Amino acid sequence: MQTEENTTDPAELAKFEAMAAEWWDPDGKFKPLHMLNPCRLDYVTSQIADWFGRNLSDTGPLKGLRILDIGCGGGLLSEPVARLGATVTGADAAAGNIPVARIHARAQGLDIDYRHTTAEALAAAGEQYDVVLNMEVVEHVPDPQAFLDVCARLLGPGGLMICSTINRNPKSYLMAIIGAEHIMRWLPKGTHDWRKFITPDELFEKLQAAGLSPIDRKGFVFNPLAWSWSLSDRDLSVNYVTASVKPA
Amino acid sequence: MDNPEAPINTVRMEHESDILIIGGGLNGPALALALADQGFCVKIIDALPANARASDDFDGRSYALALASQRLLAALGLWDHLCDNSQPILEVKVTDGRAGEGPAPFMLHMHHGEIEEGPLGYMLEDRFLYRALADAIAAHPAITLISGRTVTDQETDATGATITLDCGEQHCARLLAGCDGRRSGTAQRAGIRRQGHDYGQTALVCAIEHETPHNGIAHQFFMPSGPLAILPLPGRRTSIVWSTTTEEATRINALPDAGYLEVLKPRFGSFLGTIRLAGKRFTYPLDLTLAERYVVPRVALVGDAAHGVHPIAGQGLNLGLRDVAALAEVLTEARRRGEDFASLSVLERYQRWRRFDSTVLALGMDTVNMLFSNDNSLLRLGRDLGLGLVNALPALKRRFIREAAGLAGDLPRLMQGRPI
Repeated sequence: MQTEENTTDPAELAKFEAMAAEWWDPDGKFKPLHMLNPCRLDYVTSQIADWFGRNLSDTGPLKGLRILDIGCGGGLLSEPVARLGATVTGADAAAGNIPVARIHARAQGLDIDYRHTTAEALAAAGEQYDVVLNMEVVEHVPDPQAFLDVCARLLGPGGLMICSTINRNPKSYLMAIIGAEHIMRWLPKGTHDWRKFITPDELFEKLQAAGLSPIDRKGFVFNPLAWSWSLSDRDLSVNYVTASVKPA
Repeated sequence: MDNPEAPINTVRMEHESDILIIGGGLNGPALALALADQGFCVKIIDALPANARASDDFDGRSYALALASQRLLAALGLWDHLCDNSQPILEVKVTDGRAGEGPAPFMLHMHHGEIEEGPLGYMLEDRFLYRALADAIAAHPAITLISGRTVTDQETDATGATITLDCGEQHCARLLAGCDGRRSGTAQRAGIRRQGHDYGQTALVCAIEHETPHNGIAHQFFMPSGPLAILPLPGRRTSIVWSTTTEEATRINALPDAGYLEVLKPRFGSFLGTIRLAGKRFTYPLDLTLAERYVVPRVALVGDAAHGVHPIAGQGLNLGLRDVAALAEVLTEARRRGEDFASLSVLERYQRWRRFDSTVLALGMDTVNMLFSNDNSLLRLGRDLGLGLVNALPALKRRFIREAAGLAGDLPRLMQGRPI
């Protein structure tokens, strides 16, 4: 499963190692993702454990589960679920991310199947998973409904999809675009287009239209005093996450 | 699947243990237990030989455990063995005193009845606490103890840390926890600098036997030369922590027992009747030493290694145990969510949580000590008014009491009596 791109050219390898270091530097370019990551993982791992009846205090609690991480980037979600025992496929449409993620996972002693591919291509190949992680992707695709339809096809019967995105309202515009891109410079300007943001109700409708049953939704809330994110039952006003299942 | 020739030299797939703890004092074993209970595999390296710390006789050393620390020991399953040998602190009386005059009328009186949680804390002798910890780590299948070995070298890489012992043996783990005290070699080898302050003061520590019962009351007298803590031990015994200028401490400590007692007696008056020494006498120079960072990649500092505070109000051990509870919680949560638990982003959560807390406390005690180790009449009036005011305002006083019981701030779960 290892392709040539990460073993042949030492100069290329050095470049990817530097990029991997960048992806995984908690104070670097991807700082906002690192800050959000514990909170995302709390949701992802507890939803998977609940739905599949696993106990996260056990060793290798996600053993035997096949998980697809769409838009895996440097592997910030793929690695943790792999560490918990899951069999993980990380897919990213950006070719450069794949060797980067591979190099880091390997240094961590983790076996993750990273592929330069798209959800559409995986679905066309008939791949199916127990869990699809669809985090912070929907707001970047041209046709969210078509994309979610494809993601639903990637789930096996009784499978679970975790999908997070950004709400659409004046506050989310202020926080996610003015705050994160212009004031804090957490994200490059133009990272998000406010018109592509989706309300939780709209997302639930789209998930249902894709043949899934939504079972949960929570907000990711940033607390500036603690300088960290936490999950909220009520406040879904900016970043939020949903869980939905495919009927068995 | 992999090309073994690939130029990646950061790979170390197998670690003999999850966490290597350097230091076999109190924080090290407590951290080992807290982590092993959560399924981590732990190894402790202690510089002292196996039996050097264990003593069946009372040697005069004891600790004022805050209520929060007692809860941690209970959560680690140790309290059942310690309970019978501990003395609950039911009241604390804080008084401004002056040498030769004995204590003035008390200014702040904290009673455990004013908070709902129970006694303000417990007095516990070192021999019982150490023995309980030693027995528990010996009995725990996930803990290995290596005694009588010092660390000569430590190295870290992308996945873990490797140490070399004086016998040449090497050990590796994902994380190195430095519980090796205020002169922490772990911190030094990791290149962590320290900031220190020498108070020019030394604590004289001893235990006394006395005629009249202490009724579970602890006293803190603030003397111009430094504070005097009188802490009730089980029976008619009391622990004394008496801070004074290093010069005077050296002079007093050189005296024979009888002379030592003669100096001590007038300092706290006659409320305990006739007194005599029980156990050895100790001296500890008082200095504050704060590590610039508590964590670097693959290394975390705990207790005095991170923040050496002086023993006013017994906060050193209490702060250390709070580090233990916080670090165990941060690492356990990280591992549960699949994170690399020894990565810098995880360790930084521990640092953020603990650094603020302990720096504030260290500086707070610093201020208290400087304010009270002073015979300036204006300062004296100010502090008497201050203590009197705290005493008169119930809400403020409850905050003081909760602070003294270690219940203030963002309390780790093990200290709230909850599982991680």
